[in-house]
Amino acid sequence: MLNPEILKKMIVILTNTHAGEEELSCDECYEEIDHFAELELVGKSAAEAMPLVQEHLEHCQDCREEYEALVAALKFIEQEKPGE
Amino acid sequence: MTNQEWLAALRAEDNQPALEELRLRLARGLHYALAGRAPDGLLESLEEDVAQEAVLKVLASLDTFRGESQFMTWATKIAVRLAFTELRRKRWQDISLEGLLKVEEEQDYTPAILADKTPSPEQLAERTIMLEAVEKMILETLSERQRQAIMAVLAGGAPMEEVAKQLGTNRNALYKLLHDARLRLQKRLAAEGLSPKDLLALFSEK
Repeated sequence: MLNPEILKKMIVILTNTHAGEEELSCDECYEEIDHFAELELVGKSAAEAMPLVQEHLEHCQDCREEYEALVAALKFIEQEKPGE
Repeated sequence: MTNQEWLAALRAEDNQPALEELRLRLARGLHYALAGRAPDGLLESLEEDVAQEAVLKVLASLDTFRGESQFMTWATKIAVRLAFTELRRKRWQDISLEGLLKVEEEQDYTPAILADKTPSPEQLAERTIMLEAVEKMILETLSERQRQAIMAVLAGGAPMEEVAKQLGTNRNALYKLLHDARLRLQKRLAAEGLSPKDLLALFSEK
């Protein structure tokens, strides 16, 4: 059933799992992700300021994908603005 | 526009100009957000459709905007979530959970082990034993549902929403299921005196 690649993936995920900490649900992460993205874009350490969001993004492929897309959109829009 | 200006413009009686401005900006944002994630032809119509849908969603959710970020950031977030939901639904609509798991189970993983250039016979034996031991742990520690969920998400790379649908649940509940599965596995590994780092070291090129 298991191939080494899958096993490796699982183990990497386990190394990032911390028992006892509250983890955010996808919806809770979604609530905060715009704030998180903006912190990141202005060079403030979003991961430090919002560690629960950071942790969720490390564990959740879908949320991470959406976060990266959001940042991509914001970066380009920022470039387009002459400086409103 | 400032956040207040956006809110006022969208709540005004004649909010058409604001709606149009919002729609245009969201479509442009989506263009960058989705770049390369699907064929161009599909993306163009998707961007238009989703921008439209997002405007409606933003309007309906205006009262929930907390002002912790800029309005366009918040609105773009909504649009991005809608777009990905649709992209994933389209991409995975013909794939069943059984299909995903079947592909994984049919794969002969021996080539993957043998393809590794470096292992000595001892390392190979050690890895095989370890693989079997961990597989046993997984079967014993996780419920069938947890196992299926992990395999579908990890092995199949399937999006949470689609796997959740197949399992008859929602994304949040699935995330919790996976989270609990991870904790259980971690505890079990610890009980066996294995750390994830030790296991990883076994598989890295030496």
